[in-house]
Amino acid sequence: MLTIKNLHAEVEGKKILKGINLEINKGEMHAIMGPNGSGKSSLASVLAGRDNYTVTEGEVWFNGKNLLDLSPEDRAREGVFLAFQYPVEIPGVSNLNFLKTALNEIRAYKGLPALEAREFLKLTKEKQQLVDFHSNLMNRSLNEGFSGGEKKRNEIFQLAMLDPQLAILDETDSGLDIDALRIVSSGVNKLRDAEKSFVVITHYQRLLEYIIPDFVHVLYNGRIIKTGTKELALELEERGYDWLKEELHLKESV
Amino acid sequence: MTSDMILPFYQALTADVTALAAQATVPSTDAVQSIRRKALERFTAMGLPTLKTEAWRYSNIQRYLKEFPYELLNDAAPVAPTVAQQAAIPELDCYRVVLVNGRLQADQSTLPEGKGITIGAMSAYADAPGFVTYFNQQHHLETESLAQLNTALFADGLYIELAANTVLDKPVHVIHVYSCTAHSFIQPRHLWVLNRNAAATIIESSVHPETTAVAFANSVVETIVQENAELWHYCVQQGEDSFREVSTTAAQQFKDSRYHHFSVTLPGTPFTRNNTSVALNGSHTETNLNGLYITNKHQHVDNHTFMDHIMPDCNSNELYKGVLLDDSNGVFTGKILVHQEAQKTNAFQQNNNLLLGSKADINSQPQLEIYADDVKCSHGFTAGQFSEESMFYLRSRGIGEEAAKALMVNAFSHDITDAIHVPALQHFLQEQIAEIMNN
Repeated sequence: MLTIKNLHAEVEGKKILKGINLEINKGEMHAIMGPNGSGKSSLASVLAGRDNYTVTEGEVWFNGKNLLDLSPEDRAREGVFLAFQYPVEIPGVSNLNFLKTALNEIRAYKGLPALEAREFLKLTKEKQQLVDFHSNLMNRSLNEGFSGGEKKRNEIFQLAMLDPQLAILDETDSGLDIDALRIVSSGVNKLRDAEKSFVVITHYQRLLEYIIPDFVHVLYNGRIIKTGTKELALELEERGYDWLKEELHLKESV
Repeated sequence: MTSDMILPFYQALTADVTALAAQATVPSTDAVQSIRRKALERFTAMGLPTLKTEAWRYSNIQRYLKEFPYELLNDAAPVAPTVAQQAAIPELDCYRVVLVNGRLQADQSTLPEGKGITIGAMSAYADAPGFVTYFNQQHHLETESLAQLNTALFADGLYIELAANTVLDKPVHVIHVYSCTAHSFIQPRHLWVLNRNAAATIIESSVHPETTAVAFANSVVETIVQENAELWHYCVQQGEDSFREVSTTAAQQFKDSRYHHFSVTLPGTPFTRNNTSVALNGSHTETNLNGLYITNKHQHVDNHTFMDHIMPDCNSNELYKGVLLDDSNGVFTGKILVHQEAQKTNAFQQNNNLLLGSKADINSQPQLEIYADDVKCSHGFTAGQFSEESMFYLRSRGIGEEAAKALMVNAFSHDITDAIHVPALQHFLQEQIAEIMNN
């Protein structure tokens, strides 16, 4: 579904991604871990099309399409979703109106008619329950005055509503207390299916106790330096990243 | 200053201004005639505003006056009801007043009736008590030469007086039709008096039928909000290419009264100047001045406001927001004068702008003059573009750039549109904004 080949990217002339290779198939859950500044969130931004990043080398293919050629909105319409690390507050845009606009823009792209008000409300109610998103937040302005946990839950709710093929969760667990973490994780788990793939970017192994990954990748200095299964996350939790860095330096010095 | 005047229009005006004033025969009580004479003297002394006139530094009205040999139009040609219908607001349950060049069209109007309600042509009420007491009494008018010209030359307009404790059950939609076959300078004059405990909602719209003849309206509305009365006053400006407007609103408020003024200017008219001034003649009043201007092409919109805090314990809140597209430009002047007696004044002012056109600009000047020492006053100004982070967030959800901009403009205007207390009008304006942004 997603193929990343030798991806290099920089921001303001500073090289951030230095040759990422990654293959994600339908239905897989990938976790990307790594120390601060390793390029985890940058990878998410480049995939979603944030325009302060310049791709200098490499390719990204999504269902046979060159993702890097597409505008951010077309990436979303093709089925890529980024759950933001810091969701934006937009006073004056109601959550409901925002979602309706997004959903209908995506539908129009796919040649589908706009949802009727009744269908939209039905869908909203259903997904709200699925991810445990409180209905009184629906009519409020987008993320305005939401707590950290509410903002993250709103990201998962949007994910449920827009039903993408690939969801990238950028440190969705950061700043969440244990209850919020449970709610968010259980939302994600309910959305998992054979068609949908996830990339979960996290700093902490804690999240991976709730969301069990198929693969764990360690990103360091703009590259994936190790790939394993969920046991790798446990090992990182115990031993930190230094042993991996040392391993890498040894390899590079040979 | 009059030596600067080289406009044929101005020359024609001053050459025979006395004769012109003599034409403006109604309303024609002695008192009115004497007021007119004084106004004419003031106008001839001040002349038309030029760019050297401090209050008109950024608005070149002469450019619009010199293009045409204007006629002074004081008469109404018959206009089909379909014209006024263009300004109708869907789903709005209201009374309707249709004026053509200031003249009331009774057959096209549905006027409120009942005890305590007086409504009709100005020309018919020159000796009504409200007229005698309040006409031309708002002293801010004296410093504005175009308002003086209006006083000198107006022929007619809408008179409303609500007796004490009279509450109108529905909004009054006043539709100003400006119709002419030759380029015309039109001077409508209105006086709306709400006596003690009265309440009303008045919505103003204007229409200028498709024509090559230019209509320039120089209108004056005086509103009187007596003790504990409340007036919601909305002005919706969506003119055509061949329309220009100087719209002066002079309000007087008395003890415990509330006055909510909204001025919404949308694309269309190339030149709009709104003079909005409020004199607080009583204490414990509340005033809200709300403005929203969304402009495109070469449109010029100038909102000139004056909050005159004469008495203590009054609150005023002023919020003007602008979305400037294309090459349009905006001007905002917010004068707040707090007199020495006006202790415990709260006076707040804010002007925020989105500059979206490559050549769009805004000139904004707060003018705070405060002579009392126990007051809370503030002012603020911003001009900026859309937040990139917000745009990216919306786009990352599949919302295209244009739709995202429309959402953001709606969001930007929401503190004005949310304050509109007539749902049909609120809905209508939100739709209009969305439509403007989607084109």
